[in-house]
Formats: sequence, structure tokens, C-alpha cells
Amino acid sequence: MNSFTTLTALAASLPEAQIDTDVIFPARFLLLPGKAGLGSKLFSERRAQGGFVLDTPPWDKAQIMVTGPDFGTGSSRENAVWALADFGIRCVIGPGIGEIFHANCFRNGILPIILAGAPLARVQAEAEGARAVTIDLPAQHIRLSDGSEITFDIEPHRKRALVEGLDEIGVILKDELAAIEAFEARHRRANPWLFLDDGQLACFDDIGDKP
Amino acid sequence: MGQDASRRANQGGRTLYDKVWDAHVVRSYDDGTDLIYIDRHLVHEISSPQAFSGLDMADRPLRRPNAHLAVADHAVPTHSRHLPLPPGQAARQVERLIGNTRKHGIRYIPMNDPRHGIVHVIGPELGFTLPGATLVCGDSHTSTHGAFGALAFGIGSSECECVFATQTLRLRRQKRMRVTVKGALKPGVAVKDVMLALIARIGVGGGVGHAIEFAGPAISAMAMEGRMTLCNMAIEAGARVGMIAPDKVTYDWVFARPLAPQGDNEAAARYAWRALASDADAVFDREVTLDASEIAPQVSWGTTPAETLPVTATIPDPASESDPVRRARMASSLAYMGLRPGMALRDIAIDHVFIGSCTNGRLDDLRGAARIVEGRRVAPGVSAIVVPGSASVRLAAEAEGLHRVFTEAGFEWRAAGCSMCVAMNGDSLKPGERCASTSNRNFEGRQGQGGRTHLMSPEMAAAAAITGRMTDVREMMR
Repeated sequence: MNSFTTLTALAASLPEAQIDTDVIFPARFLLLPGKAGLGSKLFSERRAQGGFVLDTPPWDKAQIMVTGPDFGTGSSRENAVWALADFGIRCVIGPGIGEIFHANCFRNGILPIILAGAPLARVQAEAEGARAVTIDLPAQHIRLSDGSEITFDIEPHRKRALVEGLDEIGVILKDELAAIEAFEARHRRANPWLFLDDGQLACFDDIGDKP
Repeated sequence: MGQDASRRANQGGRTLYDKVWDAHVVRSYDDGTDLIYIDRHLVHEISSPQAFSGLDMADRPLRRPNAHLAVADHAVPTHSRHLPLPPGQAARQVERLIGNTRKHGIRYIPMNDPRHGIVHVIGPELGFTLPGATLVCGDSHTSTHGAFGALAFGIGSSECECVFATQTLRLRRQKRMRVTVKGALKPGVAVKDVMLALIARIGVGGGVGHAIEFAGPAISAMAMEGRMTLCNMAIEAGARVGMIAPDKVTYDWVFARPLAPQGDNEAAARYAWRALASDADAVFDREVTLDASEIAPQVSWGTTPAETLPVTATIPDPASESDPVRRARMASSLAYMGLRPGMALRDIAIDHVFIGSCTNGRLDDLRGAARIVEGRRVAPGVSAIVVPGSASVRLAAEAEGLHRVFTEAGFEWRAAGCSMCVAMNGDSLKPGERCASTSNRNFEGRQGQGGRTHLMSPEMAAAAAITGRMTDVREMMR
């Protein structure tokens, strides 16, 4: 995964409430293979109406999005995050972010920041004024154009993964494999019914090549 | 957030959620997160390809093939199923799923198999979903399985890849919310109405960061189908997890299923599952109480599930909303939906009716709709389809003659799949068309580009099919 340390960029303001992942990435594009190029489908319907912020210079170069309440709720489709990343968005800032979308961001090098009230309004003003802001992840603050800083919270392990560009699966396999194996053995003894064996699953084995 | 609640939970009584969580902690980290073991994973054709290719690119083996079960549900057509899939993206996606499952030793259920259906319908039907288990799927409606006392939640494709490779996920324990439903449902009011009324009350972000436990006399009185409808839509209130403590109703369902524990395992499981309830002194971070007897049939009018009102209401006026963000949101919802403030919901005419989905595509749902439809005709100009949630629901409904009730009234009787709930399988609305739908999301474009969705119960959707407009089903009850 790409690492995220500091980012100085324009932010695009999208204050509308409850932008769900169907609006971010419509279902009819879910069959497209791969992740590259998905940015062209980002907010497809809104952009087709014309005048959408991400198509309006200078915000067509924005790498940060400042959102309204409940951004990214709904479907778990990671394609919404892949499309944002493909478009060039590296950071999403809002007062409330859908939980699965929030988790998906971290897996794709996008930093989601929960911010509300006056601090959010200040970042939003920078966005609307087309003044670049700096996200400093190691220091956990957003620096505005007047030099003032707004701090934000982030899970320590998420921060480390983003800053170091870690592959989380690789980390788990490297650090925790023995713990997983030990747990699995204990768990199987205590709850043997949770571990289906080939005999129980044999009823699915005679299916052949049918679609 | 979680640390205080965890400490508190460790001192006093524990919630159902905490008990299942605690039983799956592989390792606890200093920052308050835990590495959680995942017992079961349902795999479908839309969210899995990138997870499999990630695994292959890193040349990692899949850790435990028997923990996964795969089926194609989102993109499959609900008609002409005796024919091969038409060539195209959907067919390629299904072929990729078959290839990936074969390569990694995962069992796959074909489209014309009697066990085929929507992931969240067949998991419980097969007994793949069990009380006390952790279960994930690359689909937000995985909360459905919490109806059995499982800790079940939707994940993204990258998290699916992590489960394939490690059988774990690193997560922070959520806050706990209990939704207590007292009283009894009035005639004509369905479980869907309870859930829509709850979402209207707490909002689409009301449950974010929380695991919801549903409890109370109205929940105890519900059949498993109703409990699944409730937990299914926990995500529409923002909560990744919805759960209900297992009881006799649960056990009667589970132990009749092919993959359920048998013999000695059945006895041991029954004994272990007795502990799966929140302790009397368990602490919840938030409590919400609803009185089922006060709930009327609900209809959504906007483009979030929280924009829902009783069918007897009128469309609200954005001008009366003082908060500018909320006012703008209401105005854009009304513009998209083509509705005006002050209109009676019952004056809204519809073009389509969709009865089905992982929310309301089970046998009880079809029975409820059939009771309204029986002896009546679909209104002229309305196109109405019934899409059972699984092949097994379809067969059971046919054994009761429900398919004849629907087809004689003018409904189409389809094969199982996600159909018009996700509109990526050929079943969709055209721009401007309006649908009375038993699905879970009325988002813009959810049922097709420019399509307009009104969420409601199967009974209410059936009533709308007959009259051609939003209708208070209580007026049609016999």
C-alpha cells in the first residue's frame, strides 16, 4: 500500500448530507474488472448533471474531500473507495463517515478524518476558498492557509499502517500466525461444531462445472 | 470510546455482543483493538474477485477452505435460468467465482441448484449461520445473520482477502446499543414497519459505531424471518452489527438444517448457547425503546431509509426544517423523487412492485403478501414481480400454492436472486419510474438510473400492486 505522511492539496467541498456509496459508485459499474480507471465512474450521476465540484477547476485537482454528515453510508462496495483513489483523492474529512467505507479507506491509502463543528467549518472555508491545506498525519493535524492547526484523532495502528504503507495481511501473517494457530486449536476443542469437515460439506462436491 | 466500555463490561455483566466477541479474541493490542477470529465467510461474485486476485498476487494460500461458502446472487438473472448466462460481464464474473472457488477449494453452489439463493437467505437455511459464531461477507447486509445470535457484519473486499489469508480481522470493539421493542404489532403492521420506524427515529447515522441488540417481548414473539428482517436493516441505521439472543425459536430453526451441529455436537452446542444472552446487569452505551403497538405501516418518501413516514402522513415541507444541511437534503430528495410538500403519501401512483430481497424475500414475507393479493388483480399499468430469496423459498412457496396466488393476480414469479434490490442483473427501473419495494435501500439510482424507490413491507407492497398507488394495507385486510 502507498504510504501517507503529509499531503498539501486543495480540498473539494461536498456538504450534502447522506451521500451513500451508491451515489459515489453506482451498482451498474460493479461488474467492471480491476481498480484502475474507476475514477471515471466516480459520482457518475452527479457529474452527468454538470457543474459537479470535482469537475470544476481548480477542484478537479483536489486530493482532499470535505463532506457532509453520514458520508459513505450504505453498501460495503470497496469500489467506492477505489474510484476515489483512482480519481486522486487521498483524504476524506467529514462529521460522520459510514463504518465499512471508513474501514475500506484505510485499506487503500486514503485517510478518513472525523471532524465536526467549527473545525470542520474552517476546513470547509479553505476548500471553498480554493486555498490548499496540509494534512500532517505523523503530527495528527491539518494546517490551514493562515498557519493555524486543527488536530484530529486516529487509531494508532491505522496511523502506523498508513505512515509506513504496511500490508496489513503481511503484518498479521508475520506477527500473529502462531497466535492464530493456538487460538484455532483451542476454539476447535471448545466449539467443534464451528469447524465444518469435508464429510459435512461433501453434499456440495458433486456439482461439477455448472454455473 | 471502546476502552471505557470494555473495562466496564469486564467488571459487570456482559452483553451478548461482548460474549461472542470475547470468545473470538486471538490477541488484544495495547491500543484497545483486538485480532478477532472469523468462523464463517459467505462469498459472492461481486465483492470477491479483487480479494482472490490480491491473494494470488501475493502468492498466499487460503487458510481454511471449509470456513467459506460461495454463491452467485447479485448479478444473476431471475428469469430464463434454464438457459446459459448470456455472454457479458455478469457471466464472466460468475465464471471467475467458479474458477476462484475451485482453485482454493471453496464449495460453490450453482445457480440452478436447489440450495441456491441470496447469501443472507441461504446461510441461515443451510445452518451455515450459527449462534455464537463470527460470520462475515463482502456485503453490508451481513448483519442479517445476527438474528441467530451470531456476530455478523459486512466487510470490504480487502477485508475479505484478509479473512481468506488469516481467518482474522483486527477491529475495535463497538459501543453497544439496545433497541427494546415492547407491545405487540397491530394487524397490518409488519416487522419491516418496526425497522423503518426505528431508522426514521435514530437516522441513517444513528447506529454508527454501535452494535445493536434487539430485545423485548415483540422480538421474542417474532419468527426467525422477522428477526432477520430487523437485523438485516441494522446497517440502514448505520450499525454494522444487529443481534438477537437465541431462544427456542432459533434452535427450532437451526437444528433442522443440514449443516447444523448433530449428535454429540448438537447437545454440546445447545449447552454452550444457553450463555448467549446479555446479562441482567450488562451496560449499554445507548438504549432506545419502541412500542410496537404504536407503529403504523410505513412508507419511505425520500432517498434515505430515514426519510420514512406512516402511510397516513403527507410529504414534509423542507421550508419547515430549520437546519440548512437537512433542509437542502430534503429538497434534493423531493426533487429526485418527483414529489411535492403536502402531498398525501396515499396519492402517489406507482409503476412497479418488487417483492423480494435479503430483507423480505423469505417464506413468511411471501405468505404475508399473498394474503393481500389473493382473489385480487394487479392494477392496470403496474408491473409486479415476486422474487423469492432462495430456490428453497421458491419451492416451499409453490408447495403452498403461493405462486398461483401471485401469477393469477398478474405478478411475475421469478427465480431467486438480488434482482431489483441492486439492479445489476437485468431487473431494474427506467429513469423516472416509481417502485413500491420490499428491499432495503431507496438511494438514488439504487433500482436503476433515475428510478424512484419507496420502501415498505411485503403486505404494503402487495396492496400498492392491487391499487396502483400507495395504500394503507389495513384498509384491505379481511
